[in-house]
Amino acid sequence: MTDSALRELADDPSSRKRFFKMMGGAGAVSAFSVFLAACGDDKKKDKTTSTAASGGSGSDADVKSDLHILNYALTLEYLETEFYKEVIASGIVKDAKVASIAKKFGETEQMHVEALKSTITSMGGTPVAAPKTKFQPTIAKGLKTVLDTAATVENLGAAAYLGAAGLIKSKDVLAAALTIHSVEARHAAALNTLVGRGFGLKGGLSGSLPDGAFAKGMDEASVLAAVKPFLA
Amino acid sequence: MASSHMVAPELAAIKVEGMSRESFLIRATLAAGATYGALSATPYITKALAAGGGFANDLAVVNYALTLEYLESTFYRMGVLVKGLSSDELKLVKQIRDDEDQHVTALIAAAKKLGGKPVAKPKFDFGGAFGDRATFLKTANTLEDAGVSAYNGAGMYIESPDILGAAGSIVQIEGRHSALIRLTRNKPPAPQAFDKGATMAAILKKVGPLIKS
Repeated sequence: MTDSALRELADDPSSRKRFFKMMGGAGAVSAFSVFLAACGDDKKKDKTTSTAASGGSGSDADVKSDLHILNYALTLEYLETEFYKEVIASGIVKDAKVASIAKKFGETEQMHVEALKSTITSMGGTPVAAPKTKFQPTIAKGLKTVLDTAATVENLGAAAYLGAAGLIKSKDVLAAALTIHSVEARHAAALNTLVGRGFGLKGGLSGSLPDGAFAKGMDEASVLAAVKPFLA
Repeated sequence: MASSHMVAPELAAIKVEGMSRESFLIRATLAAGATYGALSATPYITKALAAGGGFANDLAVVNYALTLEYLESTFYRMGVLVKGLSSDELKLVKQIRDDEDQHVTALIAAAKKLGGKPVAKPKFDFGGAFGDRATFLKTANTLEDAGVSAYNGAGMYIESPDILGAAGSIVQIEGRHSALIRLTRNKPPAPQAFDKGATMAAILKKVGPLIKS
């Protein structure tokens, strides 16, 4: 691509849009490869290719905005990972089925952490550090509180991804975020059912289907306020 | 139709024609997939999808989603009659049926809002899926997982923030349905760390045989 074509791309939103469209397919593939490489599914870890495709297609402001969202998601995934880790370590979950689900969910959150970190790095950003957490008071309250909290946190995670999806600029980052979003939803539904919360059709953060037929997203400020009690 | 209210009828005509062509292609694709097997539908898919594996426009995505929601809604309407479901399972099936019905209604409205024509409800044949509890739940599991991967595969091609928001709020529910159905089958509710998106061709391979027209 010539210099002037690049300038046109940078200055003209409609030509940028055409370019995105053109790049859509390849970009999506490389975003998936970042994710797959991170979760160990991919045989060949080709991060160099991903770097070019993921980082190269947006304006600086767009990339910056996406990096902010990715780091916000990473913070939430760190929280979830740490919570499951501490819950399992505490030995409070005796039921084999619940224990195996908690373990599996925790491993999944760890994979989300790795995937987000590698996506952020490949876009030229710096992954945020894991936040200092405060889960022991929750765990000390017993199994019921622990499972209720897990269910609430997963509903929060699903709502956070849904709330952020529309703000993501890069199509391949969006595609990648969507692959996590529905997994958080699965976790939320399963945990809410396991803790006997039922469908919970009145909305909010409890229940397998809290919002009925249409899930509601939450904005970043509300999500961060909701997780504040777990931050040290 | 919204097109009659448009200031430039000639533009409206082009738009509507393009959109109905899309919905026609989707239906033709589904029909071909059903009649001759999914692979024979490939030439139609190539036409229905824009270069790069995307969709021609948001209406094409909406009508694709609508077809899948019709499939699910019909499936669960019949599913409430399946013998051998526990009372909790029946409650779940009824809840899912109501959710899928609402998804259909919302997608019809979305297609109209885009100035296009919602696809007609196809005819389905679920074979022996309602014969017993296990087969029914297994089919439900397949349909819900297909729904999740279909929405996740199409999401990045959606241009309108409103349509993306609607699709997101639906796919999250499909994910929840899938987890709940999986629990009734003693299957892991979230088998993969990432719900990978699927192309329309892959989805047709799974659910195409159920669609008869």
